[in-house]
Amino acid sequence: MTREEVFEKLNEVFRDVFEDDDITVTDATTADDIDDWDSLEHINLINAVEQEFDIKFNMGQIVAMKNVGEMADIIISKLQG
Amino acid sequence: MKELEYPFDNSYIMKKSKSLKKALLADGSDRIKKKIAVLGGSTTHDIIRILELFLLNYDIEPVFYESEYGQYWQDAMFPSDELKEFAPDIIFVHTSNRNITDYPTMDDDEAAVQAKLDNTFKHFETMWHNLHELYHCPIIQNNFEAPFYRLMGNRDGYDVHGRLSFVNRLNLMFSEYAKKTSGDEGSFFINDINYLSTCYGLDAWSDPLAWHMYKYALCIQAIPTLSFNVANIIKSIYGKNKKGLVLDLDNTLWGGVVGDDGPDGIEIGQETNLGQVYLEFQNYIKAQKELGIVLAVDSKNDEENALAGLNHPDGALKPDDFVFIKANWEPKSENMKAIASELNVLPESLVFVDDNPAERAIVTGQIPKVNAPEIDTPEHYIRILDHSGFFETTSISEDDRKRNEMYMANRKRTELQESFKDYGEYLKSLEMKAVIAPFEKMYIPRIAQLTNKSNQFNLTTKRYTPDDIEKTANDSNNITLYGRLEDKFGDNGIVSLVIGKQEGDELHIDLWLMSCRVLKRDMEFAMMDSLAKKASERGIKTIYGYYYPTAKNKMVKDFYSLQGFELVKEDEAGNKTYKLDLTGYTNKNNVIDVETLCAE
Repeated sequence: MTREEVFEKLNEVFRDVFEDDDITVTDATTADDIDDWDSLEHINLINAVEQEFDIKFNMGQIVAMKNVGEMADIIISKLQG
Repeated sequence: MKELEYPFDNSYIMKKSKSLKKALLADGSDRIKKKIAVLGGSTTHDIIRILELFLLNYDIEPVFYESEYGQYWQDAMFPSDELKEFAPDIIFVHTSNRNITDYPTMDDDEAAVQAKLDNTFKHFETMWHNLHELYHCPIIQNNFEAPFYRLMGNRDGYDVHGRLSFVNRLNLMFSEYAKKTSGDEGSFFINDINYLSTCYGLDAWSDPLAWHMYKYALCIQAIPTLSFNVANIIKSIYGKNKKGLVLDLDNTLWGGVVGDDGPDGIEIGQETNLGQVYLEFQNYIKAQKELGIVLAVDSKNDEENALAGLNHPDGALKPDDFVFIKANWEPKSENMKAIASELNVLPESLVFVDDNPAERAIVTGQIPKVNAPEIDTPEHYIRILDHSGFFETTSISEDDRKRNEMYMANRKRTELQESFKDYGEYLKSLEMKAVIAPFEKMYIPRIAQLTNKSNQFNLTTKRYTPDDIEKTANDSNNITLYGRLEDKFGDNGIVSLVIGKQEGDELHIDLWLMSCRVLKRDMEFAMMDSLAKKASERGIKTIYGYYYPTAKNKMVKDFYSLQGFELVKEDEAGNKTYKLDLTGYTNKNNVIDVETLCAE
């Protein structure tokens, strides 16, 4: 899966979770950029991303992720592994 | 909504919860509003979010109170003004084995472990008592899931120091408490997460990541499983269980097609593997019937073949187990509607069980809101029906258990009625006897259940919990009456309720309902006669009756006019107020022999 394809899928997940079809995420997107993205919704988001890509983040990764770009990096490494 | 019926897709529900909620709120359903306090020993945010969906799907519109993180005990013992003002209708205590603080250590002797056990139990019991005193509402309490590790391996389950042994013993104490209080006030229910986590898979359920990252006591994926289970208890408390199963025959109750293969050719019984699967299913259905679930057949077959199949010597279900056997070539949805109408229940209160997806689609397409579970292959039939929670049993009344008999008796009545030209003569031939008396303690579960189940013959559609009923009955300003009707074909049990509140020389009727199984038997007149008598004895001169229209109670829109009341007010919404002057009241019932019991 290319990085573009990963972002395409991430967009879908974000739109579903936040129920907002206008969302487009980039490498630099963080919780500050999306209104409803609080710590509680974060749980739901992580879960939905895991389901979508059929992967599991470990705790260290969840804690360390700084923005959507880093999330995408981890997803790509998991998909390759 | 299909997405919220078992077997649902947990991650889909989690992801789409916002759009599912929108769709539910827009579907125009008539919903009862309930206030639910969720007191958590761990994070409860998404549990509540998903619980809301399942409740909306059960036509319950919840408003939630959520305790601060982990504050279940403090909230229960030292309630905030916010919780007091909220005045919950239901309290759900979401705790888990993460909330057990004092596990045994290897240094403890047996007495020390026992003391820890008693203390832990007391921590909860004190809280339940306090909640009960304060709110008089049903309490739903989680038991404990098994620990996700066993220090001593298998010995952990029986060694007095084992955490598994400790948790199992606690669970037993919770069950004993539930057993003790059930039927009493009937307001304590266990949400069995021990069973749920087992079904789900304990290792997955207890995901330590969910705890250490988010302080959830279960994995995020399992949240819909938990919330669904809680929703089932709540909808059952409010009388929203299904009433019956409408079953297909070929490849549903036995393998093969009886019309083609002949009764000797179908697979049922110990002879073949498939036959055994179907037999186990038949036994499961038969056991449902003993709990009071009504059974009917809806099959595309000649009746003769259907009966031959049901009379198979190795089958568990026999023709007599079914209240109706519709074996014909009509559309199944039509049969289903006919069955519902003959039982005097709404079609959506019956579950359609058929192996054929096309038939299921026809039925769900023709009858809104009816459930037709995707039962998949025969070896999954039991699990899917069972885990769907259609018949979640929060109370068992004698009347429930006898329901099948009662419907059978109804069939005989109909046959008898057809032999009479004059309806009055028919009523007399039934030799009806009624008991009409103030609410009695032993009947509280049934009375509360009736207030929640009756939709059609119900003037105000007020819902009561067992606690509400007890309070109402104990308030001397109220006149309460239940009516029990029996005839030569059998006992119908408690079928009618009236609650009136006295204010000076006026009586205001808060509740008047009757079970549709005794329509057109003049029972409503017998009830009115008794009410008039009781009211007169208390010096009441005028009775006020109220009719509040709902989507389901058109049947009684002229009820008070028929009872001789005079319409005094009607508002734009169609709410009507009636009054009756008791002076010169004459009894209206002359076909039922009434025995009036005194209070207590």
